[in-house]
Amino acid sequence: MRSFTLLLMALATVLLLGLGWLLPGWLTFLLTIALAKSLVVLGLLILMRAGLVSFGQGLYYCIGAYCVGIAGHYFDTQNALLLMLLAMIISTLVAAVIGLLLCRYRDIFFAMFSMAFSMILYGVLIKSAAFGSSDGFNVKPPLLFGWSPGGESGPLLAYGLAVVAVMVVCSLLWRYLRSPMGYAGEAVRENEIRVEYLGVSVQRILYTKYIIAAAMAGLGGAITALAAGHIDPDMAYWTTSGEFVFIALMGGTGHVAAPVVGATLFELLRTYASQISPYTWQMILGIALLAIILFLPKGVWSLLERIKKGKTS
Amino acid sequence: MSVLLETRALARHFGAVTAATDINVSISAGEIVGVIGSNGAGKTTFINMVTGYLKPSSGDILFKGESIAGKAPRQVMRTGICRSFQVAQLFPELSVLDNVLIAYGMVKQPSLSLFKPLATAANIQQAEALLDEYGIAQYLPEKVLTLPQGVRKLVDIALAMLGEPAVLLLDEPTSGVAIDDKFELMDTVMRAVRRCGAAVLFVEHDMDVITRYSTRLMAFYEGRVLADGPTTEVMNNEQVKEFVTGHHLDIHPQQENIHA
Repeated sequence: MRSFTLLLMALATVLLLGLGWLLPGWLTFLLTIALAKSLVVLGLLILMRAGLVSFGQGLYYCIGAYCVGIAGHYFDTQNALLLMLLAMIISTLVAAVIGLLLCRYRDIFFAMFSMAFSMILYGVLIKSAAFGSSDGFNVKPPLLFGWSPGGESGPLLAYGLAVVAVMVVCSLLWRYLRSPMGYAGEAVRENEIRVEYLGVSVQRILYTKYIIAAAMAGLGGAITALAAGHIDPDMAYWTTSGEFVFIALMGGTGHVAAPVVGATLFELLRTYASQISPYTWQMILGIALLAIILFLPKGVWSLLERIKKGKTS
Repeated sequence: MSVLLETRALARHFGAVTAATDINVSISAGEIVGVIGSNGAGKTTFINMVTGYLKPSSGDILFKGESIAGKAPRQVMRTGICRSFQVAQLFPELSVLDNVLIAYGMVKQPSLSLFKPLATAANIQQAEALLDEYGIAQYLPEKVLTLPQGVRKLVDIALAMLGEPAVLLLDEPTSGVAIDDKFELMDTVMRAVRRCGAAVLFVEHDMDVITRYSTRLMAFYEGRVLADGPTTEVMNNEQVKEFVTGHHLDIHPQQENIHA
């Protein structure tokens, strides 16, 4: 089963990379952003499995993006891998500090506190002229060890990086969810008292998960910056964090592939909704979310599981 | 017998309410101690203080001569004191197998590996063996939420026993269990306890269970230990009859301690 899943993931990587050459530019870009956002939602999945809903993942998404922007703008760095690594490291460091406080809270308090921190960053960025204030600033095109596809194929580099990053993260997460630390999330969600009496610190479990989720959100932000070529403080705004929760609900948390499916559906839905109804596209998104909550409370992924169960029985 | 657990002038107040006061007890290796008392007498408060769930307002708790007062539950557990709960504390939405696997992973490797799989064939086999010891292996795939009370209690105790405790504290192990199943449950637990050689302190309201399994009895009343001694002696204590049991019981020696 394990090797089958990994083989499936490897095949999906090759298929998605190949698709990049065939798909029109707008769709490649849309998929790149969806994949980048799915990285953030994969982190959210870890937290949600532990019973925590963060309305502040935009904080790390924005930090990741600004790491890319600032490093390119001020230090003339365009090496995509280095920038992605930097984004993850800085996000991890910030999470290591904020996590000490946040992991003491649960439920609505955790959600609101996490949102508060992302709004603090938003407020700081919007007033910082050095970082482009509310307009943000442009990001230099990425290079891979000095190489870029160039011309019309330029965005393919960000797409390729997004595909590989998502597949690597999914593979690692798939293993992680089957490890003692992976199970510990569900244990904490179900009963913190029992976890403590099994000799393990609940705080430590949640702290570890919070940091991992932040690193993934930072990576997602970095890829978005590389793909979009522009960053602005809206990435830390609460509606961006809400979007990630929306995607998590849409895709579900039952499988590592669920956030990827959710993010792709979300981006497609948003694109078509704004095209069909430019002034009321949010209403279409709202109706879609309502329908999912009513008919597929465990997300779109649960539909696949239902079909699979139906076939088995 | 060497003293494992000792409390000195242990007290706990909640504002103006005194839940426990001046509790001086010691438990030695191999003892099976019953605890009785009406609701609010301080029994669970006592267990909660010993296991780190509540910080004592004053007094000290010594385990093997070292103070453990005020330590977190996980630290107390790691010293060798484990507990079960009046309401079984499990992971209700997960299967019994997952409950045991999680507990096994946490107890045996508290650092919690990030990538090593938990549900390996070897671990599943060990989980089966553990539940088999308690006669509940058939419930392995069932969700905890769907289990009868008695089975939940046994899973709760099995998880506590995974820590290989020197002292096991059981808070009303038979509460909510059908009368006919109480002795069977206690027999199973006592068999497991004997195998690991732990001292046991169990809170119980059922006097038949108390007289059958405890070698020593502590009676709590209004946050204090009213009487502490051999079970027959305490059960026949006039104060215990008046304030705790509320009636005279005929305790026949042959009924007592058949599992001691």
